[in-house]
Amino acid sequence: MKTVGKARPVSPRWGRRLGAFVFLGPGIAYLAVLMLVPLVLVLSYTVFRRGRFGGIVYEFTTENFTRLIDPLYLDVVLESIELATLTTVFALLLGYPTAYLIARLPRTWKTIALVAIVLPFWTNFIIRIYAWTILLSGPGLINSALGTQFELLYNQGAMVTGLLYSYLPLMVLPLYAAIEKLDPQLREASANLGASAFTTFRRVTLPLTLPGVATGCLFVFVPSFGNFVIPEILGGGRSATVGTLIRTEFLKSRDWPFGSTLALAVILVLVVLLVVQSWVNRRG
Amino acid sequence: MGKPRFLYVPFWLTYVFLYAPILVLLVMSFNAGRSPYVHEGFSLKWYGVLAQDEKILKGLVNTLIVAAGSTVLATVLGTMLAVGLARYTRSKLLDALGLMPAILPDLVLAIGLLVFYDVVKFSLGLHSVILAHALFGMAFVAAVVRTRLTHADSSLEEASRDLGAGPVTTFVRVTLPQLVPGIVAGALLAFTLSIDEFVIAFFTAAPTEPTLPIVIYSMVRFGVTPEINALASILLLVSFTVVIVAQRMTKIGEIRAQD
Repeated sequence: MKTVGKARPVSPRWGRRLGAFVFLGPGIAYLAVLMLVPLVLVLSYTVFRRGRFGGIVYEFTTENFTRLIDPLYLDVVLESIELATLTTVFALLLGYPTAYLIARLPRTWKTIALVAIVLPFWTNFIIRIYAWTILLSGPGLINSALGTQFELLYNQGAMVTGLLYSYLPLMVLPLYAAIEKLDPQLREASANLGASAFTTFRRVTLPLTLPGVATGCLFVFVPSFGNFVIPEILGGGRSATVGTLIRTEFLKSRDWPFGSTLALAVILVLVVLLVVQSWVNRRG
Repeated sequence: MGKPRFLYVPFWLTYVFLYAPILVLLVMSFNAGRSPYVHEGFSLKWYGVLAQDEKILKGLVNTLIVAAGSTVLATVLGTMLAVGLARYTRSKLLDALGLMPAILPDLVLAIGLLVFYDVVKFSLGLHSVILAHALFGMAFVAAVVRTRLTHADSSLEEASRDLGAGPVTTFVRVTLPQLVPGIVAGALLAFTLSIDEFVIAFFTAAPTEPTLPIVIYSMVRFGVTPEINALASILLLVSFTVVIVAQRMTKIGEIRAQD
């Protein structure tokens, strides 16, 4: 039988280039226009001055940065860091044992337990926060159950509760993934060699799941740090955070240069944590 | 072994913590009184009030328009991006770029877009939210489709190309059919994320065209009535149903894929 070797319409190399262009082009262009350009704009605004009526004056200045380290604003940054740290610590304390036990459940129960962790996450974020005002408010449920009249809302505790409620699943999932991968024989070996349960945890389980811990902390810390909705609803808008400040600068005071400088602080926190996380991952 | 008893305390605490507020919302929605915080007898009246609230209905329609529009855009762009990243480049940088909208804090994306729209004098409306939501939707679709692609058999695509098919033909006839479950899962994810998204919509929507989360936000901040409890309960039920159905569907998909 004779086959006629028809010339290939597209040479492999040319095909690859065309493919790269066709498939990567639109997405990359979209990301460039709607994400990279906006980011560059925000970064460049940090060195410009605010106009008298809220516009931008394209005149170089470092005043936004000096304002950022003014004790007034530095306090807000530190308070936001404190808020995010507390949330992350509580998320870890609740999340680690939970993830640990889920990983040890039989298969069907494991799925159910995991879905139950994620399920609240799929409901409206603001409604989840609002639900806590019912529980915590003066005439609310906790007070009527205790027969007390404590003001449980509008303080740091309420804000940490709301942040924890919103981001706890983001801690449990990476921890679960890390613990699940762990070889149970390692723990058995450790126990057989005479280590106590606590020593086994400290010397075997924890070091091996550290990448999961790092990822979980990143996932909880970053959105907690930049959040403005929770401080506004549960903090009563009285205590300023970096998030509420950014919102105010952009939508109320219309001081976009200073708002951009605050946003830069949020980005820097993210970058630092990403570096730490990848460092832990490489060691793990 | 390896299951100390005391671990059950934080374990159950987690679940009580996650579900107590939801339960309270449900109970409070059937309230006869006017306070959203104190229960004064069973009633369905707030569901009736809700059904006639035009602000909420408008918010709901806007949210659905935004979610549908951004999901279509995100699914097309995200799928193509995933294929491009998996098959046509090894660049780690482009990989990271594709994930960036999902990693960046929403507030940063929101102000970036606000500044951008302002600089290019782009009018705000629903279209500005659609473009914004497609940004992170695309990142999630790309991530989901990407995991599917790494499991897909690339030798089939090589065979197709060796047989003379161009990249587009190969994509449409060979790659795409294998990716359908991933694309559907990614699109569902983009849709749900868009429906719930507040921060970016808050910054990029026109004040006259609020999405449902924005309407809810202003209800929570200014004047709460049990109406919001009723709305919350309905939304809870809808999203729980969608998640459970999606979970079942992916399970069935996995079992089929294994066969």
